Amino acid sequence: MLKISDLRVAVDGKTILNGLSLEIGTGEVHAIMGPNGSGKSTLANVIAGRDGYEVLGGTVEFKGKDLLDLDPEVRAHEGVFLAFQYPVEIPGVANIALLKEGLNAARRYRGEPELDALDFLKLVREKIKLVEMKEEFLYRSVNEGFSGGEKKRNEIFQMAMLEPSLSLLDETDSGLDIDALKIVAGGGNSLRAQDRSVILVTHYQRLLDYIVPDYVHVLAEGRIVQSGDKDLALKLEAEGYGWIEESAGAAA
Amino acid sequence: MNTSVKELGDLVGREYKEGFVTDIESDTLPPGLDESVVRFLSANKSEPQFVLDWRLDAFRRWQEMDQPDWAHVHYAPIDYQGISYYSAPKRDEDRPQSLDEVDPKLLETYDKLGIPLEEQKALAGVAVDAVFDSVSVATTFKDKLAKVGVIFCPLSEALINHPDLVRKYLGSVVPATDNFYAALNSAVFTEGSFVYIPKGVRCPMELSTYFRINALNTGQFERTLIVADEGSYVSYLEGCTAPMRDENQLHAAVVELVALKDAEIKYSTVQNWYPGDEEGRGGIYNFVTKRGACRGENAKISWTQVETGSAITWKYPSVLLEGNGSVGEFYSVALTNNCQQADTGTKMIHIGEDTSSTIISKGISAGRGQNAYRGLVKVLKGAKNARNYSQCDSLLMGDRCGAHTFPYVEVKNPTAKIEHEASTSKIGEDQLFYCRQRGLAEEDAVSMIVNGFCKEVFRELPMEFAVEAQKLLGISLEGAVG
Ligand SMILES: Nc1ncnc2c1ncn2[C@@H]1O[C@H](COP(=O)(O)OP(=O)(O)OP(=O)(O)O)[C@@H](O)[C@H]1O
Ligand SMILES: [Mg+2]
Repeated sequence: MLKISDLRVAVDGKTILNGLSLEIGTGEVHAIMGPNGSGKSTLANVIAGRDGYEVLGGTVEFKGKDLLDLDPEVRAHEGVFLAFQYPVEIPGVANIALLKEGLNAARRYRGEPELDALDFLKLVREKIKLVEMKEEFLYRSVNEGFSGGEKKRNEIFQMAMLEPSLSLLDETDSGLDIDALKIVAGGGNSLRAQDRSVILVTHYQRLLDYIVPDYVHVLAEGRIVQSGDKDLALKLEAEGYGWIEESAGAAA
Repeated sequence: MNTSVKELGDLVGREYKEGFVTDIESDTLPPGLDESVVRFLSANKSEPQFVLDWRLDAFRRWQEMDQPDWAHVHYAPIDYQGISYYSAPKRDEDRPQSLDEVDPKLLETYDKLGIPLEEQKALAGVAVDAVFDSVSVATTFKDKLAKVGVIFCPLSEALINHPDLVRKYLGSVVPATDNFYAALNSAVFTEGSFVYIPKGVRCPMELSTYFRINALNTGQFERTLIVADEGSYVSYLEGCTAPMRDENQLHAAVVELVALKDAEIKYSTVQNWYPGDEEGRGGIYNFVTKRGACRGENAKISWTQVETGSAITWKYPSVLLEGNGSVGEFYSVALTNNCQQADTGTKMIHIGEDTSSTIISKGISAGRGQNAYRGLVKVLKGAKNARNYSQCDSLLMGDRCGAHTFPYVEVKNPTAKIEHEASTSKIGEDQLFYCRQRGLAEEDAVSMIVNGFCKEVFRELPMEFAVEAQKLLGISLEGAVG
């Protein structure tokens, strides 16, 4: 599904990712952990196509296509979804209006007919139940005045609507109460069941109790310095990153 | 001094005195402005003497006035002697004979706005064929309005058919000598509309579709007068979202509104004059004086404007809150792209007790556009318990444009409550990316964010107009990012 090779990325002349390689298969769930500022969000943003990142080298292949060559909206149409660490507020734009535009743009891209208002609403009603979000949120401005948890829940709702083949959840579990956490996990698990892939960026073992990852990676020094199964996350939880940084430092 | 103009003017003046009406169908006055031109214009419309006197007085005062230079706009000096103050409507043979002869770019915009073909022809100035019978459409509306006693006609007609009514109100809100451009307009106005809504009548339609057809006659020095008698209501729509062809660079219109006791006037404008090319060449200068008077208890005047066109816009729709409990509102979206400059805002003058006003201004600057909000809230001594709420938001796209806010507040009564909020934001790269990540193309994302920013204003527009205005904003911003 996704193949990242030797990716090197700089922001404002400062190298953040330095030779990162990662491969994600269909239907797999990968967790990426790592210290603050290690470049996890940078990686997610580069995959999604955000401006302001300078790709110095390496490749990102998605379903056999060179992802770095595509506009962000085309990546979205191809099935890349990013649940933002800090979802932005857009005053005056109704949540549901943005979603409808986005969904129909993707359908046009795939050569499918646009959903009319009725079918769209039907789909919305079905998906909003999954994330247990009140319908009033549909008509409020995108994320405006939403609580931290509500914003995250809204991201998961959008993910459920757009049914991406690759979801990047950037700390979607941070700041969530336990019920919301289960909903996020439910969203991730149902995608996995449909052979869709998920990348979970997280600091906590907690979420991984509900979505059990196939792989856990540690991002530090701009690279994946350690990979393992779910037990790696447990070890990180218990011991922190110190031991990894030491061994990575020694190796370098 | 251009002697030929003088001679022509003298001649016309004399003919008028002798009771002749010249057939000037194909005439155009040579450039230049003096008293004889003013006399010519008045005679040409067979105006009553009081109008001529009024024009002449305005002209004399105008000659002593200086062009204002306080606005935040820059342009080469205008040569008022280089303008022709009268040109007869173009004859059919001089117009484009079909849409094939019209600038394809213009047609593209019409298509994007979804304007019907026949209407496109009319807007582009194509000699229309018999199929498109705008006259009969207009007549249907006229009948409907006449039934309830609403008068809606060209100002020149009203001056002849309803001289007393017009005389009572003309210049009563915007005096002839109010400012440089208003004085010029008063001297040489040639087109315009008159509306009178009788007591207790709710005008049975938005004065819109009708106007759209009529708008073709929109002149360089337009003058509009709307009078809503006690307890009446009217919603008036000016302009058109479609860019109109116009050869006149300078537009100096005057709009006067009078709302008597318990009456309400809602005046909406969508202005989309040619803004000039990307270097700002050839755009229209739009210097407009718009003012309304709430001349009775609980009268209400509401201005809503969407300004996307013109090279330079200079305009401050204002309300004089004379009657106790009267209400003034101003909702504005002003967009400047490329080299456009806009200096716009409002004045709310609280005179009566318990008067209230609301100002919502949204300025959008892109390219090298310069956008200034200039607003005055004035509470006079006698205006007990006056209230005002102002909100001025600016949105910047790119880093070569500018937004400027000049709020002035003068309060002479201590019971006044004035609230002012202002914000300036850049169209967020993060907002754009968020939308694109959800699948929107960049231009759709811009359009969605900008329309969201303007929502409070758009919802004041009549439905159909609001939809058009949204599309218009999107089109005006094409290529503004990326
Ligand atoms: N636009 C930017 N300008 C300057 N520095 C940046 C920018 N974006 C990211 N960085 C820097 O790049 C580094 C990686 O940031 P990133 O947000 O990817 O970290 P992260 O691993 O997601 O951290 P966290 O766990 O705190 O979310 C940080 O040092 C950050 O300050
Ligand atoms: Mg992060």
